[in-house]
Amino acid sequence: MTSFAGQPLEGQIAEWRSFVRRRQALHGPDVEELEGHLRDQLAELTEAGLSGDEAFLVAVKRMGNLDALSREFALEHSERLWKLLVIARDDSDAAAKTSKAEVLVVVGLAIAAALAIKLPALFGLHLRPDEEMPPFYFRNASLFVFPLLAIYFLWKRASGVASSLWLVLPFAAAALFANVYPFPTGSNTEILTALHLPIALWMAVGFAYIRGRGLAGNDRMDFVRFSGELFIYYVLIALGGGVFTGFTMMIFQSIGINPAWFVAGWLVPCGAMGAVIIASWLVQAKQSVIENMAPVLTRLFTPLFTILLLVFLVTMAWTGSPINVKREVLIGFDLLLVLVVALVLYATSARDPQAPPGFFDALQLLLVVSALVVDGVALAAIAARISEFGFTPNRVAALGENLILLVNLAGSAWLYAHFLRQRTSFAALERWQIAYLPVYSIWAAIVVILFPPAFGYG
Amino acid sequence: MDVSKDLVAASATPLVLAILADGDSYGYAIIKRVADLSGGHLQWTDGMLYPVLHRLERHGHIAAKWSESEAGRKRRYYRITKEGRAQLAAQRKQWQVVDGALRGIWLKACPA
Repeated sequence: MTSFAGQPLEGQIAEWRSFVRRRQALHGPDVEELEGHLRDQLAELTEAGLSGDEAFLVAVKRMGNLDALSREFALEHSERLWKLLVIARDDSDAAAKTSKAEVLVVVGLAIAAALAIKLPALFGLHLRPDEEMPPFYFRNASLFVFPLLAIYFLWKRASGVASSLWLVLPFAAAALFANVYPFPTGSNTEILTALHLPIALWMAVGFAYIRGRGLAGNDRMDFVRFSGELFIYYVLIALGGGVFTGFTMMIFQSIGINPAWFVAGWLVPCGAMGAVIIASWLVQAKQSVIENMAPVLTRLFTPLFTILLLVFLVTMAWTGSPINVKREVLIGFDLLLVLVVALVLYATSARDPQAPPGFFDALQLLLVVSALVVDGVALAAIAARISEFGFTPNRVAALGENLILLVNLAGSAWLYAHFLRQRTSFAALERWQIAYLPVYSIWAAIVVILFPPAFGYG
Repeated sequence: MDVSKDLVAASATPLVLAILADGDSYGYAIIKRVADLSGGHLQWTDGMLYPVLHRLERHGHIAAKWSESEAGRKRRYYRITKEGRAQLAAQRKQWQVVDGALRGIWLKACPA
């Protein structure tokens, strides 16, 4: 007795449903579940003798305030609208005010980042089109903008100054380790430092993002989503910047003036720094306008990479040709694993944890397993080379990263297999990925801090 | 007498787990059961049960699936998992500690 065909009640329920549907935290199945509840309640109330209207009023009232309800749903399912940040603000008047202040803060920080990259020029380290870039810039690239990004998040989350002061520590330590070691020009460990420092520091930015509450899994996943979207926005802005740069060169050269000094010394470095802040703001502000891109790309490329790896394995088995271990091969396979981990991570971040195992999950498992096999083959080849030619900082760093990613993927494969056989919930896989995140930054920090002295700065 | 908001919130998890340990159920029936068990004193805002259920599901304490109700409507049924039972046992111990402590002092401080 939960259908009210032909009664005005049915129309009221439909109205209620469309009203509830407008809440972004409530998805189709949730609305269906709540509607079932409403109908059960209505059936009981009308049976007890209430008229349709009375029963509807009572039932809706008992369901509770929809604002409060959708806020609860939002807290529980933050993956659905992390972007809207409706949890933090529901007063649209206050929101309008903060967004004006936010634009000022964002523009201010972006300008500060653009100026920061010009500071070394005061000490004689110039960026010129006809000279090589001083290695100082490579080593410190992340230090020009990450602290400002952290400040932006601390401001945005209205974190107390005192409680966030410890965040100065990682940045100060990074500045120290990037600059005190006596690297000879172009040494391997110097390049390793330049590559690993941003990864290590990204965790500090993450702490600012999640307001130092490092334990809640939802927050960390939000930061992962943020990072993916930031990367995509940044690439888009960089494409636009490339076009802008091209036109700058073209129109000035047409009147016989070479603007290369401006492009190389100001436009590109200042733009690259300021764009990080602007892109971060755009990710936060425009999420409601544009769908999340990282999960969409993940969906698109997971099948393609799975096919690529399988075909590669079959070809290798068929022809019997061994992997030709050159200098770049180890790094190449590291990057392959990074990509597969990213595909898994972003598939995880966008997945509804409550959905039952499906085709895409099986595909993910296939991708992970084939990546593990390919990497196993590559590692065997590389191990042979290392035992022949010994350790270098590059090889140790690449091997360490390979190992870290292998462990992650092996764990993911294990949990995916369990999930597909319905032995465990998807949440276990999500927890594994989230718990693993600090490992990347910690390893990067080890490379930055320990490798240069361990390998004699070579 | 209405039980305070905080107490309602705190008792929601053990109540839901215990009711599901007694047999699979769905949202509306769970709320009815809570009202019966408490003699109507534990008043939940009906909608608020569902975020609680979804959270328990995410933690793997309960599992859900859609089935047909006797009237032919789709309904989401919940059942307790092994982890859920362990969680229930842990919660029970905690509540017994609270209950025991309160009893001890109430007998002395304000004999009813």
